[in-house]
Amino acid sequence: MEARRKERIDRGIKVRSEGIYVVSSLKEMLYVAGPRVFLIAGLLLLPLVLEMAPYWKRVVNIMCVYGMLAISFDFLANIVGLVCLGGAMFIGVGGYMTAIFNVYLHCPVYLAIPLAGLAGASICTLLLLPCLSLRGVYFAIVTLMYPLLFTRIIEALNILGGTNGITGLDSFPNPYLENYVIIILLLVFVFGLRRLVDEDIGLVLRGIKDNDQSVKASGINVAHMKALAVFIASFIGCLGGAYLAHLYMWAGLSLFALDFSIIPIAAVTIGGGGSMLGALIGTFILVPLSEFLRFFGTFRIVIYCLILTGFIVFKSEGLLTYFARKYDQFERWAKI
Amino acid sequence: MDILVYGTINSVTLSLLSLGFTLVYSISRLPNFAHGALYITTGYFIYLFLNGLGLSYPLSIIFGIALTSLIGAMMYRLILIRIRGMEISEIIATYAIGLAMIEGLRWGGLRGTTFTLPSFASGSRDILGVSVDDQRLLVVVVGFAVFALLYFFVRLTRNGLALRGIAQDERAAMMLGIDSDRMAVVSFAMGSSLAGLSAALILPLGNIVVEAGYNVLVFSIAVSVIGGLGSWSGAIIASFIIGFAQILTEKFLSSHFQMVIALLAIIITLLIKPSGILGRQKELEERV
Repeated sequence: MEARRKERIDRGIKVRSEGIYVVSSLKEMLYVAGPRVFLIAGLLLLPLVLEMAPYWKRVVNIMCVYGMLAISFDFLANIVGLVCLGGAMFIGVGGYMTAIFNVYLHCPVYLAIPLAGLAGASICTLLLLPCLSLRGVYFAIVTLMYPLLFTRIIEALNILGGTNGITGLDSFPNPYLENYVIIILLLVFVFGLRRLVDEDIGLVLRGIKDNDQSVKASGINVAHMKALAVFIASFIGCLGGAYLAHLYMWAGLSLFALDFSIIPIAAVTIGGGGSMLGALIGTFILVPLSEFLRFFGTFRIVIYCLILTGFIVFKSEGLLTYFARKYDQFERWAKI
Repeated sequence: MDILVYGTINSVTLSLLSLGFTLVYSISRLPNFAHGALYITTGYFIYLFLNGLGLSYPLSIIFGIALTSLIGAMMYRLILIRIRGMEISEIIATYAIGLAMIEGLRWGGLRGTTFTLPSFASGSRDILGVSVDDQRLLVVVVGFAVFALLYFFVRLTRNGLALRGIAQDERAAMMLGIDSDRMAVVSFAMGSSLAGLSAALILPLGNIVVEAGYNVLVFSIAVSVIGGLGSWSGAIIASFIIGFAQILTEKFLSSHFQMVIALLAIIITLLIKPSGILGRQKELEERV
């Protein structure tokens, strides 16, 4: 029995399409742009395809909200190295902020959502500031607690509508706007974040994850950069929350629900971290799945957690990395 | 006077709850976010053994705690050992396991009727002019007994010394032939059985509700952060601080604010002295 091993070699087309000369051939341009165009066109066409199924159009909206949370988690965890266990905090703060702007201060929808994003992101960053100058598990601990804490405070003080929540938020003027606002926001943030990570600032942020001492030695304030990253991530999350509150026309305690914390984490683990697109693939699998599993109630969370643990232990690279490898490389058995 | 008595009881309860978390963290450097889940699962196991299988009460407690420590050990041996050193994966995996246990219980176990465990001791007696029921006294007595036992265990027995060695300096301990993975399994089993023991003692005081899983997790994390992650004596001191603070808020404000106190205490600690009261971690390592 001769020993063999699998060797992976880049496809010729991948090597040819790496440089600027990709523009000289249509085939190579298609090779590079294909997956991205497929994602963008697919997402944009989805509401039209699901024209006959209004329920599923709504699922697409919610899926995009989860997608925004997932990319913000991915950005924080796999680029900056901060594990946020409470994505529900961003959703909740964003939702309540837009309710305040819209119901109490009578801002129209198109003003309330961005304002809620900015205000919510400022609040979240401020609340998380104490643990940003520290290493280790502190960020995870504190983010784990905040959603629970917000729920308790709102219940105890009976502020912001108490357990009934704030009702009477404006809805979107028409269903197409409702769909495309969130889809376009999602696409902008996915590709925006991917761009940001490749810029100089992204280099610094990845440096913080890998070796924060060297970042500090370069004269860069680590806590400041982390605060900036948290602001960006919580801005994305809060926009999602604000959108969700307007979709439901209601902001209540269920915006702090556990689903918002665990689904993004599971999505990033399944899809593969670090590329934002993996997070999207994960949500596109998990959220429709959760619609089919609606019958199981809270048991869904158990299912996510089991899938999540299985992936983290046995397939930690995630689906996107796997597929990207198949797309870019071919494998063959070679004699040793 | 009742503040003093109930504050002490509450503090001992808290330190019992958090001891398991602190122990696991100090030895294996893993934040066990499944701690609260293990606590509530033990309660459910004991209930099941008692009412489902009809075992006697002491036997079902022993089996319940044994089963929980087995779960804890398996959790490390089967899952966490594979992702050791990948910080992000460690946090996510323990969190996911804990959530799966708690939400699984909410779905399949603890619903419908109220679940209670009978108390061991039903009388009550006067201490310093305050009437205290015997079950709470038992919690304090067993709590101190556990502290003493742990103290002697880590100083006098081979395994205990090995645990302490790993906690102080993993590499040096490994050089002396202590298997760090085996010790981590032991620490997980011990931490889980401590969670189970505290569940067996504390749950008879009220109903078994799923939310207790989250509360226990939050309080034990708060205590161990304030005491300094991984410091046992620090955790006991911190639990006295939080315990009395909670009793005071309950008396003068309302019991809803207990969790607010826990989080506020964490944030103040992180702002002033991130390594905690007795934390021996170098501050340089934590602050960047």
